[in-house]
Amino acid sequence: MKAKIVSRLFLSVVALSLLIFAGASASAKEPLVIGGVFSVTGTHSYLGDPEKKTLEMMVAESNAKGGLKGQPLKVVIYDDEGDPTKARLQAEKLIQKDKALAIIGPSLTPTSMAILPVTSKAKVPLISCAAGIGITSPAHERQWVFKTAQTDQMAVSRIYQYLQKTGINKVAILTVATGFGISGKEQLNALAPKYGIQLVAQEVFGEKDTDMTPQLTKIRGTAAQAVICWGTGPAPALVAKNMKQLGLTIPLVQSHGAASKKFIELAGEAGDGIIMPAGKLVIYKLLTDTDPQKAVCQEYDKKYQAKYSAPASSFGGYAYDAWRMLTQAVEKVGKDRAKIRGALEGTKNFVGVSGIFNMSPDDHNGLSPEAFVMVKIEKGEFKLLD
Amino acid sequence: MNVLADLLQYLFSGLTNGAIFALIALGFGIIYNATTIINFAQGEMVMLGALSAISFYHLKPSLPLAFVGGVATVIVVGLVFERLALRPVREPTPLTLIIITVGGAVLIKGLAMLYWGKEAYSLPSFSGEAPLYLGTATILPQNLWVLGLTALLVAVLEAFFRLTLVGKAMRACAYNARAARLVGIPPGRMVQLSFGLSAALGAAGGILIVPLTMGMYDMGTMLGLKGFSAAILGGLGSSLGGVLGGLLLGVAESLACGLISSGYRDAVAFFILLVVLFLRPQGLLGGRE
Amino acid sequence: MLTGLLNRWLLLALTCLAALVTIDNDYYLSLLNFIGIHTLLVVGLNLLMGYAGQISLGHAAFYGLGAYTSGILTTTYGVNPWLALLLGLAVGSLTAFVIGIPALKLRGYYLAMATLGFGIIVYIVLNEAQSWTGGPSGLSGIPSFSLAGLALDTPRRLFALIWLMVGLILALSANLVDSRLGRALRALHDSENAAASLGVNTGRLKLIIFVWSALYAALAGSLYAHTLNFIAPGSFGFMFSIKLVTMVVVGGMASIWGSLLGAAVLTILPELLVVFHDLEVVIFGAILMVVMIFMPRGLVRGILDIWEQQKRWRQGRLSTGGRSAS
Repeated sequence: MKAKIVSRLFLSVVALSLLIFAGASASAKEPLVIGGVFSVTGTHSYLGDPEKKTLEMMVAESNAKGGLKGQPLKVVIYDDEGDPTKARLQAEKLIQKDKALAIIGPSLTPTSMAILPVTSKAKVPLISCAAGIGITSPAHERQWVFKTAQTDQMAVSRIYQYLQKTGINKVAILTVATGFGISGKEQLNALAPKYGIQLVAQEVFGEKDTDMTPQLTKIRGTAAQAVICWGTGPAPALVAKNMKQLGLTIPLVQSHGAASKKFIELAGEAGDGIIMPAGKLVIYKLLTDTDPQKAVCQEYDKKYQAKYSAPASSFGGYAYDAWRMLTQAVEKVGKDRAKIRGALEGTKNFVGVSGIFNMSPDDHNGLSPEAFVMVKIEKGEFKLLD
Repeated sequence: MNVLADLLQYLFSGLTNGAIFALIALGFGIIYNATTIINFAQGEMVMLGALSAISFYHLKPSLPLAFVGGVATVIVVGLVFERLALRPVREPTPLTLIIITVGGAVLIKGLAMLYWGKEAYSLPSFSGEAPLYLGTATILPQNLWVLGLTALLVAVLEAFFRLTLVGKAMRACAYNARAARLVGIPPGRMVQLSFGLSAALGAAGGILIVPLTMGMYDMGTMLGLKGFSAAILGGLGSSLGGVLGGLLLGVAESLACGLISSGYRDAVAFFILLVVLFLRPQGLLGGRE
Repeated sequence: MLTGLLNRWLLLALTCLAALVTIDNDYYLSLLNFIGIHTLLVVGLNLLMGYAGQISLGHAAFYGLGAYTSGILTTTYGVNPWLALLLGLAVGSLTAFVIGIPALKLRGYYLAMATLGFGIIVYIVLNEAQSWTGGPSGLSGIPSFSLAGLALDTPRRLFALIWLMVGLILALSANLVDSRLGRALRALHDSENAAASLGVNTGRLKLIIFVWSALYAALAGSLYAHTLNFIAPGSFGFMFSIKLVTMVVVGGMASIWGSLLGAAVLTILPELLVVFHDLEVVIFGAILMVVMIFMPRGLVRGILDIWEQQKRWRQGRLSTGGRSAS
C-alpha cells in the first residue's frame, strides 16, 4: 500500500517536472533575448544588484525607442547568489531555454569561470563583469569570452607608480580572502620588483571579518611606510577605522574596490587622506571637459540616478559598458552570434565608463592602466591626485 | 613596538569580539535551557538589533532611544518567531527544530534584505572615536562600552535567574518541565520568556558592536555561528560557560590572527574548539547529560 | 512489498531512460545531473542521520575533499580522472576515519558542533592553500571523464554516468539497510545504550557508517568536479552542509527513496523560485519552515499522513451518514 503511494508520488513529481520542462517553446515573433547572470543576492549583492538594475534600465530604454534594429528586446536575468553551480545551471538555461543571443555577467571570477566552458561550447558571446585575468586569458582558449571590468594589474601599476613617485618603497599589504583579494595579492607581489617596492608584511582578512586590529598591530611592528588594502564591501572602511584606532599614521592606499561614495560614508573621519585608484565614473565631475569619458559617465550616472535615486557604481558600469558594446555590435552586424563575436573583438576606441576599450584577438578586455586615476579623500570628497 | 604591547592589543581586540560572542552564546543557552532547542536564528536577532537601532537613529538621532527601540523591536520579533514557527510544530524533534530555525534565519535575513537593502550602514560610537592609550596599546571607548555593558547584562541576568521568582521558575522549568508544571509554573510562558530574553540579548550585542563593525543584512550568520561555538565550548546551558566560551573564542581568534596566520584565523579557532571538545566532550563547564 | 520495491526500481530505470530519450535540452539534463549528484550526498547523509541517528553539519567537507582531490590530481599532476576518482574516495574515507574516531564519541549538539567546525576548517584550507587549490577563485580546466575514447563532456553522456551511479548507490544502500548491519543501525538509532547492551559495538558501527557516508560524498564530489570542469570553495561551505541536512529531512529520515525526493525538490525549488528575484530567499525560508512544521517526518510521510487523515475523515463521514454535513 505504502509502496504504491510512494510510487504514485514519485510519478507525479516526474510528471510535474516534465510539465515544467515543457514550458519552453519558440515562436517566430519572439523578441531578441539578452541574458544576464549576476550575484544579485548573497554576499556579493553589492556587485550584482547594480549590474542587474543597469541592464534592466537599458533594455527598457532601448524598447521605448523601438528596440534593436526594429526588433523588441527582452532581458532575462538570473541570480546565481555567487554560487558556481547555480551560475552554470542558469547559463545553460539561458542558452537552451531562453535562447539568449548573448550573455552579460556573471559578477564574480569563480562564477564566470564556471560558465565559460558552456557558453564557449554553445558559441554564445559572453561579456563578464568580473575582474580576474583568467577570464579572458589565454586568449586562444577564450574566443567567445570578453570582459569589461578593469584587470587588477592595472590598478596595481597605478598604485605602485604613485608610491614610487612619493619615495615609498616598504609596503605592507592587507588583502581580503576572496577571488578579488587573491588576485590583488598576486598582482601586488608580481609587480613589486618592477617598481622597486618591497612587501614587508602580507596579511589577509575575511570578507565578513569585523575587526582587523590584530593584522594591523602586526603591521605596526614592521618597517612599512604605507599600507595597501585590497577589498570590497564594508571591510576596507573598517581597516581605515582600525588604523586610526591603533594610531597607525602611515598612508593607507585602498584598491579600486573601495572607490565609491559609500566607502567615504562608512569610513567617516577615518577616510580622510586615503589614496586609491578609481574608475572615472566615481569622479567624473572632476574631469576636464576634454576627457572623452566625462560625457559617458555623466549620462550613465544621470540615467541611473533618475531611475533608482541612487548614484551609479563602477560595478553597474561594467554592465553598462557590456550592454553598449553588445548593442553596438548587433547594430553593426545583425543577429548572427559569430559575427557579433567578431564585432566585439574588433571594438576599437570605444569610450565606456570603465575606460577606453581597444579589443583585439589577443586582448578581450581592451583596457589600459589609464582607465584608472589616482584619487585622495579630503574632507569627505574625492580629489584628483594627478 | 614590543611584543608585550602587541599581545595586549590582541587581547583587547579578542575580548571585545569575545564579549559579543558571549552575549550570543547566552542567548543560545537561555533558549536551550527552556526548550532544548538550538535556535539558529539567534544570529539574525543580532543583525536585526543592529539594523533596527540604525533605523531608529535615523528617525531621531538619540543613541539611548535607538538602543531601546532596537532591543524592543527584536524582542517582538523573537516572541512572534516562537509563536508562529515553534509552537505549532507537530513533532518537536531536535532535527526538525534545527531546520525550522535555519529556515527562520533564512526568512528573517531575506526580509531584512528587502527592507534595508544590500547596503552597509554605520552607527556612531556611543562616546566618540578618540582612542585611549594604555602604554602603546590602544582601545576605543566603544570597546569599553562593549565590555562594560556585557558584564552588566551578564550580572543582571545571573541576578534575575538566582534572585527573582520568575527567574527561579525558569530554572525549575529547565531542570524538569513536568515537575515545574506540577507546582504551578506554566512552561509555555517560560518558553516565551526565554525567547524574549535571548532576542533581547542578541539585539543588545548587535547594537553594541555595530559602531565598530557596521551593519549589513547578512552580518548575523557568522556571528550566530560563533555564538553557537562559544556556547558549546563553554558547555550548553551553563551561562558562566557561555561567557567563558565567548571570551576564549574571541581571544583565540585574535591571537591566532596576530601570532600564527591571519588567513587561518578561524581555522585555528575552530581547531582549538575541536581539541577542547575531544578532550572534554561536554564542554568546559557543561555537566554530564 | 517485494513487488512494490521492484516497481520502484523499474520506475527509476524507466524514468531515466525516458528522460534520456525525450529531453533534448542541456539545461534540464544538467539539472537532473545535479539532482543525481545531490542524491548521492543525501543518501549517504541519511544513512548517518536517519539510520544511525548521528548529526553531521559538515558533510560538504567530504564532498569538497572528493572534488578537490579529483581536481588537483587531474589538473596539476595529469592523473587519469577515473584514477583520481578512486583516490578521491580514499582521501574522503580516510579523513572521515581519522576525524570520526574522536568526533563520534560526542553526542547530540556537541557532535553537530564538531562536524560543523571540521567543515569550516576544510573550507578555510580550500580557500587558503592557494598553491594547491587555486584559492577562492577556484580551480579551472578539470578534464571530463572519458570512456573508451568517448569524452563524457555533454550533459547527456554525463546523465548516463551519474544516474548509473545513483542507481548503484541506491541499490547498495537499500541492501545495507536490510542487512544485519542495518538492523544494528536502527537499534543504535533508537537507543545507543540498549544497542550496546545487546552486544552491538556501537563505536565501531558509528565509525563504519560515518566513513561510508563520507565515501558517498567524496564520490559525489569527484563526479561534480568532472561535470562542472571547475570547482571553487564556495560550493563546499557551511550553507551547503545545512542544505544537505535539509534535503535529508524534507525527503524523510531513514528513507532511501525519500533521499531522492529530498534532493530533487530542493534542487528544483530554487530554480522555480528564480522568477521571484529578491523574494526568492524569503519564500525558500518560508517553505522550509512550513514543511517542517506540518510535515516533520518529511514530504513522503507527510503527504501519506494527510492522505490517511483524509481517508479516515471520509470514512467517518460515511459512517455517520452525512450528519456532519448539516
